Amino acid sequence: MLDRHHLPIDRNREVVIRVRGVEVGFGDRTILNGLDLDVYRGEILGFVGASGQGKSVLTRTILGLVPKRAGTIEVLGRNLDDLSPSERRLLERRWGVLFQQGALFSALTVKQNVQVPMREYLNLSDRLLDELAMLKIEMVGLKPDAADKLPSELSGGMIKRAALARALALDPDIVFLDEPTSGLDPIGAGEFDELIATLQRTLGLTVFMVTHDLDSLYTVCDRIAALGEGKILAEGPIETLLASDNPWLRSYFHGKRARAAMASDS
Amino acid sequence: MAQSTLAQEPQVKIERSGDKVTARIVGHWTAEHAELVESFAAEIGAEADQHHVIFDLGEVQRLDTLGAWVLDRTRHELGERGQAADFANASPEQQILLDEVAYRGFQEQPKARHSKAMDFLVDVGKSMAGAGKDLVDGVAFLGELVSALIRVVVHPRRFRGTALVNQLEQIAYRSVPIIVLISFLVGCIVAQQGIFQLVRFGATPFVVDLIGILVLRELALLLTSIMVAGRSGSAFTAEIGSMKMREEIDALRVMGLDPIEVLIVPRILALVIGLPLLTFISSIAALSGGGVTAWLYGDVSPDVFLSRLREAVSMNTFLVGLMKAPFMALVIGIIATLEGLAVEGSAESLGRHVTSSVVKAIFMVIVLDGLFAMFFAAIRY
Ligand SMILES: Nc1ncnc2c1ncn2[C@@H]1O[C@H](COP(=O)(O)OP(=O)(O)OP(=O)(O)O)[C@@H](O)[C@H]1O
Ligand SMILES: [Mg+2]
Repeated sequence: MLDRHHLPIDRNREVVIRVRGVEVGFGDRTILNGLDLDVYRGEILGFVGASGQGKSVLTRTILGLVPKRAGTIEVLGRNLDDLSPSERRLLERRWGVLFQQGALFSALTVKQNVQVPMREYLNLSDRLLDELAMLKIEMVGLKPDAADKLPSELSGGMIKRAALARALALDPDIVFLDEPTSGLDPIGAGEFDELIATLQRTLGLTVFMVTHDLDSLYTVCDRIAALGEGKILAEGPIETLLASDNPWLRSYFHGKRARAAMASDS
Repeated sequence: MAQSTLAQEPQVKIERSGDKVTARIVGHWTAEHAELVESFAAEIGAEADQHHVIFDLGEVQRLDTLGAWVLDRTRHELGERGQAADFANASPEQQILLDEVAYRGFQEQPKARHSKAMDFLVDVGKSMAGAGKDLVDGVAFLGELVSALIRVVVHPRRFRGTALVNQLEQIAYRSVPIIVLISFLVGCIVAQQGIFQLVRFGATPFVVDLIGILVLRELALLLTSIMVAGRSGSAFTAEIGSMKMREEIDALRVMGLDPIEVLIVPRILALVIGLPLLTFISSIAALSGGGVTAWLYGDVSPDVFLSRLREAVSMNTFLVGLMKAPFMALVIGIIATLEGLAVEGSAESLGRHVTSSVVKAIFMVIVLDGLFAMFFAAIRY
């Protein structure tokens, strides 16, 4: 088990993502309805909620892929609506995203995928470009021979890892992970959690992680926010959520599977 | 924030004391300054001849994977030259990062080396083998298609009438306007050119024979086939290819549905029914175009045009054109299907196969038309 809480993490509670009153809908359906959320620097925030509640939609809204109807989003202290295109580019290189389906470029090998943002934003020598890409690929636990494979030749777990390597290519300040451990075997998922925790420690990442994986919530998340009915139902360390009397949260955290996860953790 | 990172350029201060060289690493050793970081690291390597090198990280403000990698690489290279090199004053986070990136060489995957001439020969060989394989695949697929058709005939309930009608709409009905338009224009052009040449011999009315035979035997069919190959063949390859990419074809198969029966039979049947119909429409449009031009440009009145047309063309001129159409449809359909099924995971592969589906189909349509011309000449039809 990782003993990460004993490390000197500088916690001055700087807010890196501040979401206020965000409203998002499609057609006449409202998905998010006045949602408020803070993510602090250096933390791993677990984001939970029933399927279809809009976890991916919120992530995509923060990333600017889905238009919002109302509200403000600040990332690293800048209101996203006020950014000029060049400021936006500067901001975009400071976050990395792992999409729910991986979203690797299908025509490029894993290594080339990792190199895409590096080529775009950095001025690296060929040698460094190769070495850094290989380093990231190894850091996420892929074998070197995976580097020259195409995404269609990878297993589901390898796709997640490769996509994480690409998300980390620029040493971002913030990473968004949409269900990073879904589709992995439990051991693989555990390794992936540890990997995220290690990277968070070494690179000082802030991690926004959408997940359904109770083990991840128990082992690596510093704080958890739960989404329901378009709002945050509860947020805080896991104890706060365990104590909540919201019916969905009660069945989520006190169901059979949750008890098993809790037992294995203690 | 971005401004402040740019301001903090990396620096290195090298100090010598006795047989020790201390390299004080200062500022932001991050990917933004990759070039500087690399050149400073090389400088440390060069300065540190035969000394014990200490990397003092006490004044580093930011270190990322790139910085840590380059530093550790330098340390490793010094070690290989037999010099001792160590880090000092690294914060716990920096130490974790340095451990995490710990330098290791990445061997290049060996790349085979070829000469240009060799590559050329290999390419020629491959494309010949590819052409042969295409032919074999085509024949094999024709067999599968026929057996699927027989199954459908034996169990008519498995026939997908709705899909067929839908495909007929897509392939035939929706391409009527464009085919009418281009056929009409080509008819006009051929007539105009014909009149232009024939008027010198005072043989203007023979333009009717020219148009009638050319359009009915060859032009209408070729125009239609090429148009359909470009319009429907490509769509067909893209549909099948993207279904293949997303494992939809496999999903059909594991549900016990035969993809050929479900997806391909309706499309190819629609092509085989639609192409002769379109050819007929195209013939009429091209003849009308020719007629209008002959009237306006060559003073051949519609009455004269029609009566000459009846003398010039016989039923078999018309049938020759129409008879070829189903074969063209089959060729277009088979090529489009095979290319669609050959798509692999990537979007690029999809694009490549759509292109080659259209190119191969047009090529084969023309080759086949040539073969038919020889055949009909031989049997004097
Ligand atoms: N582009 C879109 N157009 C219309 N509706 C959408 C769109 N994207 C998402 N939705 C709807 O928004 C809702 C929330 O979707 P979202 O993908 O955010 O769910 P989720 O919470 O991520 O679920 P899961 O845990 O299954 O990934 C769903 O009901 C979905 O149907
Ligand atoms: Mg989702």
